[in-house]
Amino acid sequence: MTTRQTFLAEAAKRILITDGAFGTEIQNWKLSEADYAGDLGLAKDQKGNNDILALTKPEVPEAIHRAYFEAGADIAETNTFSANRISQADYAAEHLVREINVESAKLARRLADEFQAKDGRPRFVAGAVGPTNKTLSLSPDVNDPGFREIDFDYLKDVYREQVDALLEGGADFILIETVFDTLNAKAGIMAVLEAAEALGRDVPIMLSMTLTDLSGRNLSGHTVEAFWHAVRHAKPVTIGLNCSFGAEQLRPHVRTLSGICDTLIMVYPNAGLPNELGEYDEQPSTTAGLVREWAANAQVNVLGGCCGSTPAHIAAIAKAVGGLTPRALPVPPVVTRLAGLEPMTMAA
Amino acid sequence: MTATISTAQFVNIGERTNVTGSARFKKLIMAGDYPAAVEVARQQVESGAQVLDVNMDEGLLDAEYAMTTFLKLIAAEPDIARIPFMVDSSKWSVIEAGLKCVSGKPIVNSISMKEGEDQFLAQARKVMNYGAAVVVMAFDTVGQADTRARKLEICGRAYDLLMGIGFPPEDIIFDPNIFAVATGIEEHNNYAVDFIEACRDIKARCPHAHISGGLSNLSFSFRGNEPVRRAMHSVFLYYAIPAGLDMAIVNAGQLDIYDAIDPKLRQACEDVILNSDEGATERLIAMAESFKGTDAVAEKAAAEWRSLDVGKRLEYALVKGIDAHVVEDTEECRQLFARPIEVIEGPLMDGMNVVGDLFGSGKMFLPQVVKSARVMKKAVAHLLPFIEAAKEPGARGKGKIIMATVKGDVHDIGKNIVGVVLQCNGFDVVDMGVMVPWSDILKSAKENDADMIGLSGLITPSLDEMVTVAEEMKRAGMTMPLLIGGATTSKVHTALRIAPAYDGPVVHVLDASRAVGVASTLVSDTIRDDFVQKTADEYEAVRIARANKGQSELIPIEAARANAFPADMALKPDAPKQPGVHVFEDWDLADLRELIDWTPFFRAWELAGNYPAILTDAVVGESATSLFADAQKMLDQIIAEKWLTAKGVAGLWPCHRDGDDVYIYTSHADAQRSPDGASFPADLHTPNLDRTHEASVRMPFLRQQIAKREGRANMCLADFIDPAGDWIGGFAVTAGHGIDAHLARFKADNDDYSDILLKALADRLAEAFAERLHQYVRTTLWGYAEGEQLTNEALIREQYRGIRPAPGYPACPDHSEKPMLFELLGATDATGITLTESFAMLPTAAVSGFYFGHPQAEYFGVARVGPDQLEEYATRRGVDLATATRWLRPNLD
Repeated sequence: MTTRQTFLAEAAKRILITDGAFGTEIQNWKLSEADYAGDLGLAKDQKGNNDILALTKPEVPEAIHRAYFEAGADIAETNTFSANRISQADYAAEHLVREINVESAKLARRLADEFQAKDGRPRFVAGAVGPTNKTLSLSPDVNDPGFREIDFDYLKDVYREQVDALLEGGADFILIETVFDTLNAKAGIMAVLEAAEALGRDVPIMLSMTLTDLSGRNLSGHTVEAFWHAVRHAKPVTIGLNCSFGAEQLRPHVRTLSGICDTLIMVYPNAGLPNELGEYDEQPSTTAGLVREWAANAQVNVLGGCCGSTPAHIAAIAKAVGGLTPRALPVPPVVTRLAGLEPMTMAA
Repeated sequence: MTATISTAQFVNIGERTNVTGSARFKKLIMAGDYPAAVEVARQQVESGAQVLDVNMDEGLLDAEYAMTTFLKLIAAEPDIARIPFMVDSSKWSVIEAGLKCVSGKPIVNSISMKEGEDQFLAQARKVMNYGAAVVVMAFDTVGQADTRARKLEICGRAYDLLMGIGFPPEDIIFDPNIFAVATGIEEHNNYAVDFIEACRDIKARCPHAHISGGLSNLSFSFRGNEPVRRAMHSVFLYYAIPAGLDMAIVNAGQLDIYDAIDPKLRQACEDVILNSDEGATERLIAMAESFKGTDAVAEKAAAEWRSLDVGKRLEYALVKGIDAHVVEDTEECRQLFARPIEVIEGPLMDGMNVVGDLFGSGKMFLPQVVKSARVMKKAVAHLLPFIEAAKEPGARGKGKIIMATVKGDVHDIGKNIVGVVLQCNGFDVVDMGVMVPWSDILKSAKENDADMIGLSGLITPSLDEMVTVAEEMKRAGMTMPLLIGGATTSKVHTALRIAPAYDGPVVHVLDASRAVGVASTLVSDTIRDDFVQKTADEYEAVRIARANKGQSELIPIEAARANAFPADMALKPDAPKQPGVHVFEDWDLADLRELIDWTPFFRAWELAGNYPAILTDAVVGESATSLFADAQKMLDQIIAEKWLTAKGVAGLWPCHRDGDDVYIYTSHADAQRSPDGASFPADLHTPNLDRTHEASVRMPFLRQQIAKREGRANMCLADFIDPAGDWIGGFAVTAGHGIDAHLARFKADNDDYSDILLKALADRLAEAFAERLHQYVRTTLWGYAEGEQLTNEALIREQYRGIRPAPGYPACPDHSEKPMLFELLGATDATGITLTESFAMLPTAAVSGFYFGHPQAEYFGVARVGPDQLEEYATRRGVDLATATRWLRPNLD
C-alpha cells in the first residue's frame, strides 16, 4: 500500500490524532541564546529561531514529539514551520534550510517508527511548511496596490527547496499549513507537484487554511468554500483549518468544509483565544469537549491542536473522540467549481 | 445594463476588460491609466458579469506586463476579485504570467492543438497544476474547425487526450468557433447552424464538458449597426443555449430581449442564422439600414381621477393599484413638502393605511394589495435618491424583517407575497432572495439590526435546512423571533423540530394574511410576551400530544410487503407503440392554456373557492374576476410574444419488478430518442445515438408501513409493475424558460404584482403541460388508451387510466430520486431543467414524475416509514444511513 492508502485505511477506522503546538511548548524550556545558537557561528542572534533547534538542541524537539506520541498522536508535524529561505534570512541561516528540514524530518521519522514498532499502529510524519512572512496576493504598500514583494516563481522555488529536504528526511506528507494567502498555497502546491514528478511518486499534500475574521475568510479574502475550489487540484489527502481562533469560532466553517470536500477533514485549532497577556487559558477538557462535538457530528477525520495546546490537550482530545465514527467522505456532484474570493459553481 | 438573456445555466462573461473587444479599455491601458481601467472591471461586476475576462493582446502593448499589472490591481479590490477571472490571451507566455497572479480558481482562455498534441498536453498539465479550468479552441494543425463534423472531431480528440492525463472533464470548456455569417460569401452561410449543431454533438460526446463562444464575431458584417448586431446575438443565443452553449463572452449591453426584437428584424435574423434560404442574407442587409436607431414611446390618456388634488391622487392610485402616473404625482408631492421623507410618512403611508385597513377587514384581497405595493415601491424608488442626497436616515418602520428562501430551495412566490403584504403594513423587509445559506441570513439579521427573521421553503429538504438555521441562530446567541412559512411547513413540524432547536420565539405562519398579525404582535411592547408564551405553550401541547398519541402502529417491512397490493397482471398495458425517449423542444403554449387548472392558481393568491364558481363568489368574486382578467391578459402576451418556452421529455422503458425495486432497462430504447412534436427546425435536432447506459437502473420505491384494516393493502408503486416484465415511463416538463428576462424587467420596474402573476402562470402552464403530455403518452406514445376521449375538465379531474406520481410527493416521497429520473431521461440536456443540491427543479415552473399504466394504479401516501425500511432503503440506494435519514426525514418518526 502507498502511504496515502495506508493513511486513508486508518482514517476509515477511527478519528486520527495529529499533534499540538511546538512554539508554546519550546517556550517552557526557557532556552538561552547559547542554547539556540549552538556552535553554528551565525551572524545574527538565534533566540526565537525554533526550527534551528534541530541542529543545535535536537533533544528539545525530540522530547516534544515524544510527549505528543505518548499523548496518543498518530501524526507528528515536523518542527519546520519557518524553515524556509525567506524566514531563515531573518536569522542569517538561509544556507541551512536543507539541513534543518532533513534533520527535523529524520527526527520525527525516527520517533514515529519507534512508536509504531511498539504497538503496531501506523504513525505518520507530516512535513510542515509555513506560509512564510511574505504574501503573493497583497501589497505591503498602501499607496501601490499593484506592488508585490515577491513573485510566484520565487516563492515556488523557496518551497521546493524545503519540500525536497523534508522528503529526503523521510516525511510522508507535505503539510501546507496556516494558509493566510491562497496564492502562496497554490505556489506551495506547484512546488510539491513538481517535486513529486521529479521523484516519480505520489507525494500526498495536506492543506490547512487559517481564518482571519469570523465571517470565515483568510487574509487574502477567500471564503473556505472558495479556498477549496482553488486548491482541489492538489488532490489533498486532508484539508481543513488550523490556528485562527479557538474551536468555538471555527465551528461553522468546519461544518461548511465537511459538507463539500470529498477528502479527509483535519482541524487543529488554538486552545481558545489568548488572554490579555497573550497566554492561552483554555483547559484540555474544554478544547476536547468542543472538538468532540465535530467528531460526534461526523464532520472531521483528523483532530489536533495549534497555538497554546499541550500534550495534555492532545491526550484529552484523543480520549474524547476514541470510539467515535469518523466522517464518511461525501460524493459531490460533478460540476465546474470556480472561485474568485467567493465560490462559483456552474451547473452541470 | 443587465443580463438580458439568462437561463439557470448560462454564464455571462464580462468582456469590457478585453483590449480586443473594447476600444475604451484599450485606450486606457495604452495610456497606462490603470485606475480608470480598474473601474471598468468594477462596472462589469456590478452589471452582473459572473466571470471577468481579461485580455491584453495588442501588438503595441507589453501584454505580459499589462496582464500581470492589471490582475494584481484588481486582486486588491474585493468587489471585483470576488468573481473568478478568465485569463485570456492567444500567447501561452501571457497566460502563464497571468496565472501566477491569480488566486482562486480562474479559467484559462485558451489552449488548442494548433501547434500539435504534445504542446497542447504540456500546456494542459500546467493549467491543471495551477488549478484552473480551461477553454479549448477547436483548432488543430490543419486549422480552425469550421464544419459541424470538424468541430466534433477536434473537440472529441482533445477531450480524449485530456482524459488521458487526468484532466477533470468538468473543467473543460470547448470553444467550437463562432464565425461571421451574412458576409456575402456563400460558404459562410451555414456557420451558425454548424456551431449550434456541433454544440449538441459535443455535449453528447464529452460528458461534463462545457461550451463557450465569442459572440461578437457572428455579426461582424454589421459593424456600426448596433440594433441589428444585438438582434443577431439574441437570436443566436436563443437557439444555441438550448443546444448546449453554457457561456459566452458577451457585452451584456449588446443583447436584446428576444421577444422585444421587432418581429420583422427577428425573422430576418433567424433566417440568416438558421440559413433558411439563399436570399436570407440579402433580406437582412436590405432591412438593416432602416433599423439604425429606433425607439418609440406610448402615451396614455388621463382619466377623471387625475383632476383630484395630489394627495388624493396618490391614495387613489395606491388603492386601485394604478402605477401610470405615480412618479409624476410623487414628484409633485415632493415639491410641496420640506423633506422628501415626509412624502412617505404623509400621503403615501396614508394611502397604504387605507389599503391595510381594507385588507385587514377583508374588503381587499391579495392580488390587489400586491398591485398597491407595486405603486408604493415605485413612489419610494423615486424618492430614495432625494432622501439619500439629503443624508436623512430613512424612518424606521414598524419593524425590520429579514426574509429568505433557505439554501437548496428556489421557490419564492409565497415568500414574495408575504414580503409585499408586510411592506404594505409598514414593515421594513430585507428580502434576501432564494437559495440563501444560513450564514448570510444571520449576518444580514445582525447587520440590519433586524427584529425578526422569516424563512420560507416549498420542498421537503428545506424543512431540515430551517432546523439548521434555527440551530445556528441559537449558536449565535440570537433571541429574535423566527417565522416559518411555506407549503411543506406545518405547525407540527415547527413545534417538533424547529422550535426545540432555538431559544427565541418560533412561530409557524400559515399564510400571508396571518403574517401581518403575527409580525405586529411580535414588535408590540404590550402583547408580545403573552403571544410568545401562548405559542410556546401551544407547541409544547403539540409535542406532548404527539408523544402520547401512540401513533398508529407500524408493522415490520416484511409484513407490509406480504400485504402488498395484488395488482391483476392480466390487465397490464401492452408494450408502448413508441418506446424510448421523446423530446419536445417547444410545445405550443396556446394548447396548454386550455388545460390550465385555475383553482390552484386562485389558491396561490389566497382566494378560496373553486373555479369557475369563484368568479361569482359573493365575497371574493370581484377580486377573483379582476385577477382572472389580468391573468388572461398576461397569458395573451405570454403566448403572442412567446415569453415562455415549454420544453419536455418523456421516456418509456421496459422494466421488471423485484421486491419494491423496479429495474429499468434503457439501452435499447434510448436509441429511439426522436424529435417528435418539436416546432424547432427539424434539421437542428437529430436523434441522439451516442448516449450509452448501464444495462439497467434500479429504482427503489417506498412502501406504506402503517397497520391496515383487513382487506386494505400496504401500497408501494412497485406493486403496479409485473415481476415477469412490464413497462414504466418518466417525464420532465417545464414552462419556465425565458421567464428570467421578464422577471428581471418587472423587478427593475418594482412590479411585484406582475412578477408573482407571471410565476404563478408559468407554474400553471407547467402543470398543464404535464397533463397534456400524459394524455399524449396514453393515447399515442404508449398508446394503451388510444380511443380516450376526455374533456379538458375531465382531464383536470384525472379521470383516466394510469398515474404520474412525482418524486417528493406522497406516493414516492423521496426527492433524491429526481437525479436518477433525470439521468434516465437525459432531462437536463433535453429540457434545460437542472436540480439544486436539495433536488428543487430550476426553472421552478417544472414538473417531473413517473408513468404507471396499470389500470389499477392509484395515488396514495407512503406516510410514516419504520427504521427497518429506512435501513433497507439505504442499502437499496447504496448510501449510508445518515444520508437516507436526511432524505426520508419527513416520513420518519
